[in-house]
Amino acid sequence: MGLDKPRSKLTKPMEIKTEEYSIRYDQINNTVYWAGIMRLTSGQEYEPILQLVDDIAALGVDKLTLDFQELTSINSYGISMLVRFIFAVDSKKTIKLLVQGAKEISWQEKWANNFQRLMPKLQMKWN
Amino acid sequence: MAQIFGEYIEETTKSREFLRLGFAPSSTKLQQRWRNNGLSADFLADYLTTFFPTDENDPNSVEREQELKSAVSYIANELLENAMKFYNPNDDYPVTLQVKLYNDHLVLSVTNSIQPENIIKFQSIIHDLQHIEPQELYVRQIRLASENEGESSGLGLLTIIDDYQAKIGWKFETIQKEPEQIIVTTMVRLSL
Repeated sequence: MGLDKPRSKLTKPMEIKTEEYSIRYDQINNTVYWAGIMRLTSGQEYEPILQLVDDIAALGVDKLTLDFQELTSINSYGISMLVRFIFAVDSKKTIKLLVQGAKEISWQEKWANNFQRLMPKLQMKWN
Repeated sequence: MAQIFGEYIEETTKSREFLRLGFAPSSTKLQQRWRNNGLSADFLADYLTTFFPTDENDPNSVEREQELKSAVSYIANELLENAMKFYNPNDDYPVTLQVKLYNDHLVLSVTNSIQPENIIKFQSIIHDLQHIEPQELYVRQIRLASENEGESSGLGLLTIIDDYQAKIGWKFETIQKEPEQIIVTTMVRLSL
């Protein structure tokens, strides 16, 4: 019934999956689930990930959650990636963003403390 | 002759434990090498936890172990990635990663050869780390990263200093004159 409606808007699968990490957009609850170990080699890997932002925005969503609870490890390229992703979402002025993190994954709190200095309005939720 | 930057401390006491890993960087492709960096960093972190027995009934000790493991894995990986970025592909000098454990701190260090033309670039990153306030540098690095396809050499080292309250130092040594061969050791000291 009603559940079919949003699904019909999807024209391509919104998932990036490598051996180490995955990024999956779930349109039912407007959440991007990040999982695994995101140690990127360089900026070249950013492109498909940033493309996701445009694909999601094209669906006309007005709020988006980034769920990092399963993202266990990251490197500095990965940190840059997250930041670019968030800036890209923020540039679509109509999307309200929430980041869901896990306290027990120690890089997340450290990253959030630094990042919130850059974007104080960013809403964080901890499990 | 050696050139020292930052808090490069030659330890005078004997370490309780140490482990050293060596790599021939030119023998593997970048993608594979990156994966190896992560595996080696995780291994080092896992190995260290054997010296910090946890009491399962004490949540604090479990949390401390996790914290240490995650710090060592992040720092060792960043050090290795930097070494792989800056090493000199024209010689066969190995990249070595080592951890030394002392009573109240541990020292992670990585040694690699460096191309003479990369020395200025590396030393300017070091200069910024030493002279610019961490928060300001973080903002600058993040902005740079968001404009330049993530090329933000320095963000890794900055997060090591800022997020893990680590002391960091560098030693550049000329080990051969003709042809010139220079090696650099980056040393990170982490309190326990």
